[in-house]
Amino acid sequence: MSLLDVKDLRTSYGQVNVLAGVSFTVEPGETYALVGESGSGKTTVIRAIAGLAPAQEGSVKFEGREIRGASEREMRPLRKDIAMMFQDPVGSLSPRLTIRSLITEPYRIQGMKDRDLDAEAKRLLEMVNLPAHFADRYPYQLSGGQARRVGVARALALEPKLILADEPTAGLDVSVQGELLNLMNDLRERLGLAMVIITHNLNVVRHVADRMGIMYLGRLVEEGTTEAIFKHPRHPYTRCLLSANPEPDPDARLERIALKGEPPSLLRRPKGCEFRERCPFAQEVCSQTPQWEIENGHGLRCLAPLG
Amino acid sequence: MSDTLLEIDRLSVDYETARGDLRALRDISFDVRKGEIVGIVGESGCGKSTLISSILRLTAPNTRFRQGEVRFKGEDLLQLPERRMRALRGADISIVFQDPMQTHNPVLSIGQQMLDIQHRSKASRAEKRARAAQMLGAVGIPDPEARLDQFPHEFSGGMRQRIAIAMALMSEPDLLIADEPTTALDATLEVQIIERLQELQREFNCAILFISHHLGVIAELCDRVVVMYAGAVVESGDVREIFHDPKHPYTRRLIDCDPGHIKERARVLPTIPGEVPDLANLPGGCIFRDRCNQAMPRCAAEVPPLTQLKNGHHAACWLNHKEAAE
Repeated sequence: MSLLDVKDLRTSYGQVNVLAGVSFTVEPGETYALVGESGSGKTTVIRAIAGLAPAQEGSVKFEGREIRGASEREMRPLRKDIAMMFQDPVGSLSPRLTIRSLITEPYRIQGMKDRDLDAEAKRLLEMVNLPAHFADRYPYQLSGGQARRVGVARALALEPKLILADEPTAGLDVSVQGELLNLMNDLRERLGLAMVIITHNLNVVRHVADRMGIMYLGRLVEEGTTEAIFKHPRHPYTRCLLSANPEPDPDARLERIALKGEPPSLLRRPKGCEFRERCPFAQEVCSQTPQWEIENGHGLRCLAPLG
Repeated sequence: MSDTLLEIDRLSVDYETARGDLRALRDISFDVRKGEIVGIVGESGCGKSTLISSILRLTAPNTRFRQGEVRFKGEDLLQLPERRMRALRGADISIVFQDPMQTHNPVLSIGQQMLDIQHRSKASRAEKRARAAQMLGAVGIPDPEARLDQFPHEFSGGMRQRIAIAMALMSEPDLLIADEPTTALDATLEVQIIERLQELQREFNCAILFISHHLGVIAELCDRVVVMYAGAVVESGDVREIFHDPKHPYTRRLIDCDPGHIKERARVLPTIPGEVPDLANLPGGCIFRDRCNQAMPRCAAEVPPLTQLKNGHHAACWLNHKEAAE
C-alpha cells in the first residue's frame, strides 16, 4: 500500500477547473517532485491533499484512508502525520511569536501537554543546525535561510510521515540553497520521511527527487523516475522545460527548444492536446485528445512522443 | 570622449542606523561601456540594491555618500542638482524592477501609462499612442493596438515584465538598469525575457547593467561580470574569464554551489558555510576571510586591494600576489 495515493483529483473555482484529474502515488520514504510553470496547479494539488483547498472530485488516500473532503475535526489528528512547508519562509511565521513558540506550537495544537517545550525547541533547533539561543529570537531577526530552517523544524516537530513542501528553496541564495537541500536529504534518510516537493527549479529536482511528475494546465503530462526524465524526456513540454534551464557556463550552447507563447487560459482550454498550440513538435494527430498511458512505470500523455 | 558610459569610482556609501554606521558599499569601482551588458552578481546583503539606488540617487534619508563618484557620460551624478537628475531618470537611464506584479499602476490602462511616460515628448496623442503600440509589438505582445486599452491585471507575469521593459526602452535610454528582472518568473519565461533583452539591446544599442543572483542567466546574457560580496567588489572581468578562471575564492565557490552544472545526483551539494559579516561592525582584513578555506595570516591583517591581474580582469585576493603566497 502506498503512503499517499492521489486519484483523479479535480478542483474547480467556479468555471475555472484548476485541477482536471491528477493521479500519483508516494511510497514511504520517497521524494516525489511536482514540476510545471506558474498556473499549472502544483500548489493546488498539495493544498488539496492537506485539506487547505477544495477538491470536488477524486480521492486522496493516506495510508489507505480516504481524506478528501474530511472535516477540520477529522483532519486535525492527521496533521501529525502530514506536515506542510509553505512557500514564503518569513511570511509563514507569525511575527509576534518567538521561534520557541513557533516550533512548539504543533504540540500545543495537538494537546500534547506532557512535552517539555523548552527541551523540544532545543532538540528541533539542533536538528536543523541552528544554535539553541535562536529560540528567543523573533522572525524578523532571521535571514531567509534561517527562516526556512525554522519552517523545517516546525514541520518536523510531530515526526510526520509525509512533508508537503511548496518551493522550499525559492528566494534562497545558491550557497544557502545547497545547505537546505542537504539538510532535507539528510533528515529524509535519518527519519525515513516521504516528501512531495513543488518547484519550478529543475536543478533542484535532480538532486532531491526519486520520481517526478510534470504538470500542464492542471494535469500530469509525464511522470517517471527523475533519472529517466532527465535522460530521456518523452513529452515535448518536458523537453522544453529542461532546455530552458540556463547553464552557469558562458560557452554552454544549449539546444534550446523555444516554447511558443504562454499557457492558455483555463477558461478556454484548447481542443485536442492542450499543449498543441505551443508545441514545436505538434503533428496532425495532436488534434485528438491524448490519453494517459503508462509503460514500464513511465507515464505519458502525448500522441507524438519524442524518441 | 571615450566609449565609457558609466564609471563608478571608489564609491563608498553608509547607512546611519541606531547601531552605528552600516558600511553598505566600500570602495566600489567598475565601469560600463556604451552598448555593453554588464552583470552584477552577489548574494543577499552584498549591496546590489544600494548600488542601484545610488546610481539613480533614489536613496533612503539615512544614506551617506562617504566618498567616490558616479560618473555618467563624464558627469558626476552625485553632484547634479535634483532638477537635472530628474531629467536624466527615465530618459537617459531607465530601470526595470524585480516584481512585474507591482511595477504598474493597477487603476490605469497600460496604454495610458505608456502615454504618461512620454510626457517630455512634443508628439501628438495619436503619435504617442502609435509609439506605445510599436514598443509593445517590439517586446512581443500580440495584437498591441488592442491591448493598450487593457489593465495590468489582464496580463500574465511574463507579459507584465515585457511591458515594463517596453516602457523602460521607450525613451531610448543609453543605460538600462535591470534589477533581477527574471527572478519572479518561471524558467521558460526567464529564457524568453533574456532572449528579448539581447535582441532589444542590439536594436537600441543601449548598455545594460543586469543585476542577478542567478549565475546561469549572467553567463548567458552578459559581456562582463562584477562579483560583489558584503558591500565590496571582489572580482570583475570578462564573462569567460570569471566563469572559467575565477581568481577569487568566493567567485569560485559560488560557481561550485550552483547545482546547474552538477549533472549527476549529488548526495551532498557544495555550500559556503558561515555568514556574511556584520556591516555595522566590520572585521579587519579581507571580508571573506572567515568563510574562506584558503585564508592566510595576511588576510587577517590587511584588506586585499582590487588589483588588475590581466587585461580587464580584477580580483581582490592576496592569493594572487606572489610574495604573499610564499
